Amino acid sequence: MSAPLTLVIEGDRHVVITRHFAAPPELVWRAHTEAAIVQKWVLGPDGWTMPVCVCEARPGGKIHYEWSNGKGGGFSLTGEFVSLTPFSRIEHVERMHLPATTPDNHIVTTFAPDGAGTLMTMRMELPNEEARTAMLASGMDKGMEISYARLENMIQAGAL
Amino acid sequence: MIPTLDATFAALADPTRRALLARLAREEATVMELAQPFSMSQPAISRHLKVLEEAGLILRRVDGTRRPCRLAPGGVAAIDQWLDMLRQALARNYDRLDQVLAEMTPTTNPKRKSP
Repeated sequence: MSAPLTLVIEGDRHVVITRHFAAPPELVWRAHTEAAIVQKWVLGPDGWTMPVCVCEARPGGKIHYEWSNGKGGGFSLTGEFVSLTPFSRIEHVERMHLPATTPDNHIVTTFAPDGAGTLMTMRMELPNEEARTAMLASGMDKGMEISYARLENMIQAGAL
Repeated sequence: MIPTLDATFAALADPTRRALLARLAREEATVMELAQPFSMSQPAISRHLKVLEEAGLILRRVDGTRRPCRLAPGGVAAIDQWLDMLRQALARNYDRLDQVLAEMTPTTNPKRKSP
């Protein structure tokens, strides 16, 4: 039943992810900006919870997520909101603490009406290609399905 | 030796090495043949090949005096398998979000916790 998700690598510094949701932009927006809702779904594999979820959805507002697997394992993410246009656009910066801190990931997320639902587009800008590769390698971190062209094909196409 | 995922991704993080892999994905080639399109010395190319070999991404065989390199199918497959596991794990988030959205309606306020 899942809607297809696409992940496209654009140039050296961008990763673009799209995903359709069967809900209007306002709801998808709220699911991305209200801590109580974020805490319900940004969890990665089964078995993980987010005991700490700070999501101050205003320019300059803080983002702080902490995940736990209940067995002593955990990691966190911090960031800041840059700008927000209600129901249509979020710009923010984030980094992971694994515990080593990953390079800043600059992300613009847009929500556009798509039929009766919403098309979400996330465009991530990274400092350089190495950081992007490191981010992909560390799991994209953010609860995104990576619907990948097969890596081998990408290598063959010289696209990676 | 089983190469670590870190070694594999580190090997892939270099544009020259990815270009070498792209070339080897088409056909087997020797160091000399690989060095031709690059403005790099053969020893420099050899060093890159060593990184790729240690990361399990290429294989070398002996053919008389030649030591042709080729893509190691297992190396790329290992990453692919890992990405697949990752995709499955991360897909859970958006599936969960679908569920969360289904439970929300445009007119109601966020659910309050009952005491």
